[in-house]
Amino acid sequence: MNYKKAAEINENISWRDITPGCNIYEGGTSDTVATGEWRTMRPVLHEDKCKQCLLCVPVCPDLSIPMEKDGKRGGFNYFFCKGCGICAAVCPFGAIEMIPEEK
Amino acid sequence: MKDMVEIRWHGRGGQGAKTASLLLADAAFNTGKYVQGFPEYGPERMGAPITAYDRISTERCTVHSNIYEPDYVVVVDETLLSSVDVTAGLKADGAIVINSTKKPEELRSRLKGYQGKVCTIDAGKISVETLGKNFPNTPMLGAIVKISGVVPEKEFIQDMEGSFRHKFASRHQVIEGNIKALIRSMEEVQVG
Amino acid sequence: MGIRERLSGNEAIAYAMKQINPDVMGAFPITPSTEIPQYFSTYVDNGEVDTEFIPVESEHSAMSTCIGAQAAGVRAISATSSCGLVYMTEMLYVAASDRLPITLAVSTRALSGPININNDHSDAMGVRDAGWIQLFAETNQEAYDNYLQAMRIGEAVSLPVMICQDGFITSHAIENIELAEDDKVRKFVGEYHPDNALLGRENPMSVGAFGMPCYYMECKRQQAQAMIDAKEVIRRVGEEFGAMTGRSYGLIEKYRMDDAEEAVVIMGSSAGTAKAAVDELRAEGKKAGLVKIRSFRPFPAEELVEALKNVKAFAAMDKDDSFNAHCGPMFAEIAAALYAAGETAPKGINYIYGLGGRDVRLESIRRVYAELEQIAATGKTGETYRYLDVRE
Repeated sequence: MNYKKAAEINENISWRDITPGCNIYEGGTSDTVATGEWRTMRPVLHEDKCKQCLLCVPVCPDLSIPMEKDGKRGGFNYFFCKGCGICAAVCPFGAIEMIPEEK
Repeated sequence: MKDMVEIRWHGRGGQGAKTASLLLADAAFNTGKYVQGFPEYGPERMGAPITAYDRISTERCTVHSNIYEPDYVVVVDETLLSSVDVTAGLKADGAIVINSTKKPEELRSRLKGYQGKVCTIDAGKISVETLGKNFPNTPMLGAIVKISGVVPEKEFIQDMEGSFRHKFASRHQVIEGNIKALIRSMEEVQVG
Repeated sequence: MGIRERLSGNEAIAYAMKQINPDVMGAFPITPSTEIPQYFSTYVDNGEVDTEFIPVESEHSAMSTCIGAQAAGVRAISATSSCGLVYMTEMLYVAASDRLPITLAVSTRALSGPININNDHSDAMGVRDAGWIQLFAETNQEAYDNYLQAMRIGEAVSLPVMICQDGFITSHAIENIELAEDDKVRKFVGEYHPDNALLGRENPMSVGAFGMPCYYMECKRQQAQAMIDAKEVIRRVGEEFGAMTGRSYGLIEKYRMDDAEEAVVIMGSSAGTAKAAVDELRAEGKKAGLVKIRSFRPFPAEELVEALKNVKAFAAMDKDDSFNAHCGPMFAEIAAALYAAGETAPKGINYIYGLGGRDVRLESIRRVYAELEQIAATGKTGETYRYLDVRE
């Protein structure tokens, strides 16, 4: 059997070498997918305007706004954040600004 | 197959014809025979006519079809005589066993000129007197064993006692009643 | 020596399940397979097996339960028939693609309409391309024997296995059977310890990936290879089973084929009736033979070519119809096998037979051989797409 991890499966793999059923022989493989690469707009938090109401946290589709141990939101996880802007849209205080991504 | 005995059962849904056919297969199996016991399935409803079959032989029978030329026919309910062609294909050197209060000669005229043995047994009466209820299948089983000789009588009674003991472990009067019903039907079946 | 018993086909399957003691059963009842989970749940209730019995609300969920359980790393089983099999079809493809060796007992039955509960092969044939190994039984004995071999076969090639028997005709008929002793069965079937599993702490895995066009076809080609490889495994396990019980199995069974000029190719319970017809014809001096297909998936193309290449005429018996205005699936695949092998001498015809419980009699099969004799004598097949025992 071809027990391969996600990084070992690519578009050049032969039918003999691909994993059975495209199964992946490790867990938590989304950790390795940098969806932040897809971002064209970048959310920026203005901490002076943020009231820590936490409305932005549950609406993030990529879980890119972490909760800290002190009960406050942390900084954006730009490895996963796709820049969709939902967080900026729900913020009642204008604390999240979407700015063009510079690559 | 020369020594194969084929039996067809006619009954009504709920009367236990299927169970009786399977019990006969069981009894024959216990005497070392090869058996097939199978009902013909359809939309079963209480009271609707049903058919069941037994094949009993000394070699394995590979045929998996219904039986069209039986050696014996068992009719568990006399009222079927007017709606079902019970003697269809029945061999002339065989016999038909009918649950009825009548004598064989009274029923022969209703059997489309069947020339073989006609046997009757008052299974309802025997059942009521031995089991307290109308369960005609046990007396019919006793009668067909007697008439067909497909299982030696003594072995059959011993074997059924074992089966009933297994089935009705805590109800001794049921076991006794069933055995009495078998013995009485073997004695009382009338051959015409 | 085994244990002499008399059981119906459904009882025999439930007993095999008990002897194997699988980990999970997901089931939803449908006639004529209902008795299988019914009898098996009694074993569960009596503590005779440790199986987690999961009664679900549909066959779709029954197969989903099996997929989840088998992916988690344990043996999962189910049983079904007819529309139940159709209803789990979506998940059958998933089970095969995820390469999960689930075992499914099928008591075959016609599909509606008209509404019908009796036997034919429409249900199993309808899912023949789902990627499952499909073994068909002639008798209760073969249903039992095939079931005991199923997990060995499926687990060796990581494919699910369907164990088919004819609904009512064998599933509900009491016949003699020889059972293997519990300890022998346990030793033969062995235990299931997959290298990787969803609940494998040491070797975790992800199941049910999204396969984009750049991966999907490679994945399917590999799945096809597993089915090709299954042929040798079925043979090997069948021989090993024979060493244990005296009953060996291959992909097909040849009956009086050595010098046969007319042959019937058939599957399931009617093969037994056809064997009795062959015996009668042989006693009359006719060169009749029979080929029974045990493994429909994988399809025994080479074996059938070898068996049929020297006959003058053959009839492929399909207990279902493809409604393609042409032929049933078995005929199509046999004809393709002969053509691909360059064997065009045998004249072949196709009979659709036994639909919806139409009784298949010895006389019915004899009529087929009579037609074959005509064809062998004249070399003319006439209409190849025929219906057997239908009122004109």
